[in-house]
Amino acid sequence: MKIAKLTIVITVIVTVVGLLSSGFISNNYAGSLGKEKVDHIDSLASVAAFNKVYEVLMSPRCMNCHPAGDIPLQGDDSHLHTMSPIRGKDGKGVTAMKCSNCHQPTNTPGLNTPPGNPKWALPPADMKMVFQGRSPRELALQIMDYKRNGHKTKAQLIEHARDTLVKAGWNMGEGRKPPPIPYEEFVVAWDEWIKTGGIAPKS
Amino acid sequence: MLKLNINRKVYELDIDPDTPLLWALRDVIGLVGTKYGCGVAQCGACVVHLNGEAVRSCVTKVSRAAGKQVVTIEGLSENNDHPLQKAWLELDVSQCGYCQAGQIMSAAVLLRENKNPTDKDIDNAMEGNICRCGTYLRIHKAIHLAAEMQQKGSK
Repeated sequence: MKIAKLTIVITVIVTVVGLLSSGFISNNYAGSLGKEKVDHIDSLASVAAFNKVYEVLMSPRCMNCHPAGDIPLQGDDSHLHTMSPIRGKDGKGVTAMKCSNCHQPTNTPGLNTPPGNPKWALPPADMKMVFQGRSPRELALQIMDYKRNGHKTKAQLIEHARDTLVKAGWNMGEGRKPPPIPYEEFVVAWDEWIKTGGIAPKS
Repeated sequence: MLKLNINRKVYELDIDPDTPLLWALRDVIGLVGTKYGCGVAQCGACVVHLNGEAVRSCVTKVSRAAGKQVVTIEGLSENNDHPLQKAWLELDVSQCGYCQAGQIMSAAVLLRENKNPTDKDIDNAMEGNICRCGTYLRIHKAIHLAAEMQQKGSK
């Protein structure tokens, strides 16, 4: 009897230690935000929701202002922005080439005219929040990492999806393809991903 | 009625607030130094200063300029003696001249924010100003010369 009890205790200890040391939590339940309270951890639902989110974030309407370099991208083919405006320290351009010199508070009517928003900018130079070239796993880990996501908590990330500049992705003026799913669907997926643990896909 | 401060003078305009600022400047007020190039913020011929920034007036609604300071090429200096204007003349920068008001207005913002720009700084500031005559090399030289003049003038 004693041996049986001991076996059960040892089995439980080994299982718990094994799970903790498997790296699952540290590798998938990402970054510093992992310490925050989540509604419940559901890795399958979380990853499925992120896959939808990823399709949106990598669409030109989002990725074009999250470039790997310091020049924004442009168009449905994400080519380098004509006239090569550069990021600048605060992400709003430099000297005579500031974003708001052309990008007005609202869209300018007509084809090939600058889309507009009062907050038009790239991420700042000290927090580039690059999307271009990121795998689903890399991007999920980056977004859930407080040190790389613009210092946003989980609550602030959820709020960020309601930001007017994010919403503007679905209203970018004439001739520009919107992200692959409607905004409302994106917000549901975004919230679900974060609330179910912000789990990063395996690749 | 929209109240605009242009070149330190106040104008009251009975105008649709969605009218591009360029139209108000040229067609309503008669300041024709600022040029219409592409109409879609791609060429830089229409650059004016709005609260000191080099905005493209062809896509800037006149309502955005209400209550702000607008400066056009006509108001850049009292006697056409801004260091850039002097350098432009000294080096005969212009060829056809059509883009040059926009070039100078962009360069003026560069020199205000960067007193001694490198060639790279000039490229970064002036990439959005196109010159079909290809006067870019002279523009570079003139901006360097104006920077020198500006520094000597402030000593």
